[in-house]
Amino acid sequence: MNRKFTWFNATSLTLGFTFLYLPMIILVIFSFNESKLVTVWAGFSTKWYGELLQNDAFLNAAWVTLKVAVLSSTLATILGTLAAYVMVRAGRFRGRTLFSGMIYAPLVMPEVITGLAMLLLFIAIGLDRGVTTIVLAHTTFTMCYVSVVVSSRLVTFDQSLEEAALDLGCTPFDAFKSVTLPIIAPAVISGWLLAFTLSLDDLVIASFAAGPSSTTLPMKIFSSVRLGVSPEINALSTLMISIVTVGVITASLISKRSIAKQRADEQAAVRT
Amino acid sequence: MNFRRLFLILTPYTWLLVFFLIPFAIVFKIALSDYAISIPPYTPQLDLSAGWEGVKSFFSDLDFENFTFLASDALYYSAYLSSLKIAAIATLITLLVGYPVAYGMAQSSDEWRPTLMMLVILPFWTSFLIRVYAWIGILSNEGFLNQALMGIGLIDSPLTILNTNVAVYVGIVYTYLPFMVLPIYSALEKLDGSLIEAAEDLGCSRAQAFWLVTIPLSKPGIIAGCFLVFIPALGEFVIPSLLGGSSTLMIGKVLFEEFFSNRDWPVASAVAVVLLLILIIPIILFQRNEQKQREAGL
Repeated sequence: MNRKFTWFNATSLTLGFTFLYLPMIILVIFSFNESKLVTVWAGFSTKWYGELLQNDAFLNAAWVTLKVAVLSSTLATILGTLAAYVMVRAGRFRGRTLFSGMIYAPLVMPEVITGLAMLLLFIAIGLDRGVTTIVLAHTTFTMCYVSVVVSSRLVTFDQSLEEAALDLGCTPFDAFKSVTLPIIAPAVISGWLLAFTLSLDDLVIASFAAGPSSTTLPMKIFSSVRLGVSPEINALSTLMISIVTVGVITASLISKRSIAKQRADEQAAVRT
Repeated sequence: MNFRRLFLILTPYTWLLVFFLIPFAIVFKIALSDYAISIPPYTPQLDLSAGWEGVKSFFSDLDFENFTFLASDALYYSAYLSSLKIAAIATLITLLVGYPVAYGMAQSSDEWRPTLMMLVILPFWTSFLIRVYAWIGILSNEGFLNQALMGIGLIDSPLTILNTNVAVYVGIVYTYLPFMVLPIYSALEKLDGSLIEAAEDLGCSRAQAFWLVTIPLSKPGIIAGCFLVFIPALGEFVIPSLLGGSSTLMIGKVLFEEFFSNRDWPVASAVAVVLLLILIIPIILFQRNEQKQREAGL
């Protein structure tokens, strides 16, 4: 692209990013509002954070959500990595088209449909709804995201490295463990993170898959937000936004460093 | 075929069959069933204890009644239509907002780009629900937007924005903006600057060069971005139920309510099947566009 950074570009970037960030900034600022009225400023206070920590319903929901997210994203990472490996490396096999269809379909499927389908399955096989069913549902839709992330890394990496390991006497499992896995590790980790955040965030599929005793945080937020804006939810949102921001920035710093290290290694390898 | 390879393929394959394909088969089956006051609330049930007779009567009881019901009830028809309309208009607005942002990113210097990229991606990692929620406080009658507009004297009485379709548009544009910006940016980034210089040398004005060179060459990005916004927006549930009003008809919301409030599972399933059929067309078009991109890239 020819770079002539004009006033028009500057204005559109400023407006665009203001639009993206202003609502969240307002939300964060008003979580420190003294007043119960969320749109009128009445002085600085952290009392809503205190009340949030006293609220057992929210804490329980947060605990359920965390459990579901850790379990489902771990399962999804294992299954998604396997699926990516099959897609990229297993060559032709009967039913491959169906397989790739089943990997891509959940990415574009409306959540209401996925949720409905899952619930009907759980009822058909007589599985009691609760944490288990949410984990199963989340694993299924997030594994597809993991497999897309991992397969894009698998496609670009040099297969001869794996073959060399096999020629040098590695078993296929050893070759996978000591050659393939370290190379695709960054993609596997970002796949896990993606699955984790998708699970943390999901409202619709969880609403279908959850039983009466297992409420996740998004479900709890949704039911209280329907009654209107509340400073407690603002405080909760602020906490969630800060965790994500810190997480994303850390992850990007780590990946920047690992890319730099990889480059340095490659250069060193070329020189010797 | 060796055993290890078989195991490798079968593990994810079986999972997806059981938890993705079979559930859809069940949705189709229930869409063909009838509502009944029982647990689960539909009939016929497959009665395997009756043997072959049970299977036969099960299949003969399935019918397309729910679909004729959907076609005859104006509510569903207008819900599909208004979902399509809202998703299409929102996609267009997102494109108009997103293109200048992507263009500005592509024009900025190399040291700024990673930061701008991260700023676009960051909201995507933040809770969808929270981002929608943030707009309730802004758009409500005593919200920040009305306070600001009345503060500068533009309006005398608060505008009703929350719980209307306008709020739904704002919500969709806001939450899906990164999906529009990223593919357009990646198309613009690859664009060869000398082409624009050539156009300008050959007598194009800047605006003409933009229309005749930049826009056509970023078309794959525009198409991808539009589908990435349109497809999920069509089945959206959270945005219409939090920002929309009682008059906002969107099919995702109708399905959710049909299932949870009316407990009419067969009709909810039929609504889902029709929504899927509507979605197949844009999904196939999107896949084709991606395929073309991949082939062009190689």
